Amino acid sequence: MSEILIKNAYVIDPISGVNGETMDIAIRDGRIVEDVGGGAEVIDARGALTLPGGIDSHTHICGTKVNFGRYMSPEDMRAGRTARHGYMHATSGYSVPTTYGNSYRYSRMGYTTLLEGAMAPLEARHTHEEFLYTPLQDTMANALFDGNWSILEAIRDGDTKRVAAIIGWFLTAVKGFAVKLTNPGGTEAWGWGKDVTCIHNPVPNFEVSPSEIITAVVKANEMLRLPHSVHLHCNNLGKPGNYTCTMGTLGLIPDLNKKRQTLYATHVQFHSYGGSGWSDFCSKSEPVANVVNMRPQIVIDMGQVMFGKTTTMTADGPMEFNLYRLHHDKWSNHDVELETGSGIIPVLYRRKNLVNAVMWAIGLELGLLVKDPWQCIMATDNPNGAPFVRYPEVIALLMSKKYRDEEFATVHPDTESRVPLPAIEREMDWYEIAVMTRAAQAKALGIVDIGKGHLGVGAEADVAIYPVRADEVDPAVDYRKVIEAFGKTEYTIKRGRVVSRRGECLVDGNNTTIWVKPKISEEYNMANDPDFIAKFDRYYTVRMSNYPVQDEYLKRNLCIETEAEL
Amino acid sequence: MIIKDTVCPFCGCLCDDIEVTVEDGKIVATDNACTLGTSKFLGDHRMKSPIRRVGKEWKEISYDEAIDYTVDMLLDADRPLLYGWSGTHGEAQCVGVHMAELLKGVIDNTSSVCHGPSILAIQEVGHPGCTLGQVKNRADIIIYWGCNPIDAHPRHLSRYTRYANGFFLENSFRDRKVIVVDVRKSQTTNLADEFVQIKPGCDYAVLSALRAIVRGKGDDLPRTVGGVQREQLFRIVDLCKKAKFGAVYFGLGLTMTAGKYKNIRNAIELVDELNRHTKFTISAMRGHYNVYGSNEVNTWMTGYPFGIDFSRGIAFYNPGETTAVDILARKECDACLIVASDPAAHFPRPCIEHLAEIPVVQIDPYANATTAFCDVQIPVGITGIDAAGTAYRMDGVPIRTKKVLETAYPSDEEILGSVYARIQEVRQP
Repeated sequence: MSEILIKNAYVIDPISGVNGETMDIAIRDGRIVEDVGGGAEVIDARGALTLPGGIDSHTHICGTKVNFGRYMSPEDMRAGRTARHGYMHATSGYSVPTTYGNSYRYSRMGYTTLLEGAMAPLEARHTHEEFLYTPLQDTMANALFDGNWSILEAIRDGDTKRVAAIIGWFLTAVKGFAVKLTNPGGTEAWGWGKDVTCIHNPVPNFEVSPSEIITAVVKANEMLRLPHSVHLHCNNLGKPGNYTCTMGTLGLIPDLNKKRQTLYATHVQFHSYGGSGWSDFCSKSEPVANVVNMRPQIVIDMGQVMFGKTTTMTADGPMEFNLYRLHHDKWSNHDVELETGSGIIPVLYRRKNLVNAVMWAIGLELGLLVKDPWQCIMATDNPNGAPFVRYPEVIALLMSKKYRDEEFATVHPDTESRVPLPAIEREMDWYEIAVMTRAAQAKALGIVDIGKGHLGVGAEADVAIYPVRADEVDPAVDYRKVIEAFGKTEYTIKRGRVVSRRGECLVDGNNTTIWVKPKISEEYNMANDPDFIAKFDRYYTVRMSNYPVQDEYLKRNLCIETEAEL
Repeated sequence: MIIKDTVCPFCGCLCDDIEVTVEDGKIVATDNACTLGTSKFLGDHRMKSPIRRVGKEWKEISYDEAIDYTVDMLLDADRPLLYGWSGTHGEAQCVGVHMAELLKGVIDNTSSVCHGPSILAIQEVGHPGCTLGQVKNRADIIIYWGCNPIDAHPRHLSRYTRYANGFFLENSFRDRKVIVVDVRKSQTTNLADEFVQIKPGCDYAVLSALRAIVRGKGDDLPRTVGGVQREQLFRIVDLCKKAKFGAVYFGLGLTMTAGKYKNIRNAIELVDELNRHTKFTISAMRGHYNVYGSNEVNTWMTGYPFGIDFSRGIAFYNPGETTAVDILARKECDACLIVASDPAAHFPRPCIEHLAEIPVVQIDPYANATTAFCDVQIPVGITGIDAAGTAYRMDGVPIRTKKVLETAYPSDEEILGSVYARIQEVRQP
């Protein structure tokens, strides 16, 4: 039995309704409890800001394309080297760190749970292998369904139950956590070097449109009663004028779930562009934020861009090729048979580049214009908008108009005529930041009930203690202190163990992989479906029996079983 | 007993549809496997127990003694080299990386004498690729360049290209065009719709000519380039541009001939150019069944696919300096652990001479050319036959190989795990 008592913690725990109370937190055997005995290890927080462990609900940290980002980029590996030290293995990489690099750097920032944003089902084993070497965070993965042939055919046939059954089979087989659509239909079109332009453009050969894919998969997701909603990367990413497509997409979504949103739209910054081309490119964050404000069934994440070097990587293969044709650096592409695509290019976001400056502004505008922080999550689509190590700066920008103005003075001078940012006065407080960096993620992912994102009795003892007195520091003025504090915890506690202390990781951890298994009736068990089996026999290059991720790949894991309406 | 859907641990095709017949604890037959795979499954003459060289004799020793020797050798070394890895499973490769890090040694895999140059090219210009099924279902044009899959990857054509019917190609043999580029005729060129015979060492020039034609600058070309008629080059570009989906597969004939990584870079840039007209992909024909896995494992753990030097605590990568051949040729290496490969059969003579001078332990199921240069050899289970584990196919698809035989041999992971645990006792803080 291990016990910890955190004394004098200045706690903000939005899910439990705690906003800035100085209190003690008792931990026994990895869970928050009412109290502990006199023998407990005592940690004196001395009034420091104490939050539930951070959760990233959209990041790219493990799997085929992440690893290819490393593989093709020795220059990025050189840009982030640390030597082996104590319990910490050597790390490499700045924008695409090695698995240990990701894990240690997230841990020093107080993060204890991570969702890999895009896992191709065929290559799921790879993601799970890398999870095993991401020791200090619990992990889960979105499985990609945007170009899944069996699903496209079921949608064409109008059989939503079959869509759900297929998703259920794949999620269970690949030990996935949630349903991801990346440029739905577009990744299949990219198999022919083509793309879809918006939600009503049909997918070649399959006679379905992205809007049909999105609406059917959203319904199927709810039939499976999955903890998380559909996780959508909209069509048309990165193109001037794409905000109309984004608003049309958000408009498709009914309110189907009482506990959480019905759609999680990711990295919406990349989807909130006005203009007819690059010359009149401008921000359309206001209309997009307004749609979100009117629709409680939508949650978005910012997809904030920060200036500097990074690597972009996504299942959206056609988008990466378009981006490559603008940047001319190097380009990798990896289509995945019957399922999806992917692409990678390195990028340098420059403050003196007008388009980049507008992108930077749009992310912040979304964060500030979406009224309810539970509906707008802080993220950079790591590493696409910026590596996650830039989060503390993003937080400070949201909290300080002064910081925003100082930064704004350094960007391309025409930016002012293209974006509303300078006119936005809002400054987030500590509570809102706590929502946007852990509580909203836990709620959106549907993992509050398994003890994530809060510090109530029974919760997982994932705690981040930041070296800042939230009751004394004015973040709007002392934003440097905010950046410093969120960059390195005093203590990061994971499942009741101190895993990181002032940036030093102290243990060789052992994460939990969280996955879902919808219980589906025999009638809808795809394992017995002749057409579904034929897909494997005829078109996949891996046998159906070899396809599912074996138990050997999940060391410590938590399976969330759901009762599907099938 | 027949075991279905077994994974063949021979080449990078990683065929997973093999039927293996096991009788009395032995594999007696295989179905679906090619001759290379069958010979591996039916392989005999396994080494019975670890052996140690004593004077001019080999002496059988226990596994514990072999592990003791290995641990002492590695702990005593200033610049240990851990080499090989392509013929074992990912779980063992992971232990190898941890061990190299703790020993401050160098870890390298067979890529450095194989597709290493292809990786260098990818690090310059990227890699537009795809999984093999994407090609099987869509590609109406296939180009094999500097490779002979009939001999080296025998089922590549039947599973993925020439003879494989796909979703959009109901009659593959009729609907796909196959172009083979090589310096000589081979069994593969006999199956080609178009054979492009180039002069040895002229790959770079021919690729440049093709790029020029794709870019509309073909008028400037001479009558022949690298021994290839101008008309044929134009015809090929025309075929490529009219194709709906093209796939280039290249082998060591492109990677390891004059120009080396520049050839691959040029080929990738040709594919890049063709993507502005239609869909095109390019991929390496990886040799060992899990050489790609060793690149993957090294990359997620260290940031680099091969040739990693931990001597300064950080992971340091500089092919040509931190690769096995160079470390041995410079006589820096003072102890070598070889796992699942056979460097004595492939390395330059000065490297092998140095191997003969230093203590060497080899972990391998069979005696091979390297056995003659080692001090201890430890036989292990063969991944995919008597040990299970992860392998990455040439296109990056990970597949779990099966254990189809129960034998007393420990797996690579078990042996390496024991060695690592012992090293940890001494070196871990």
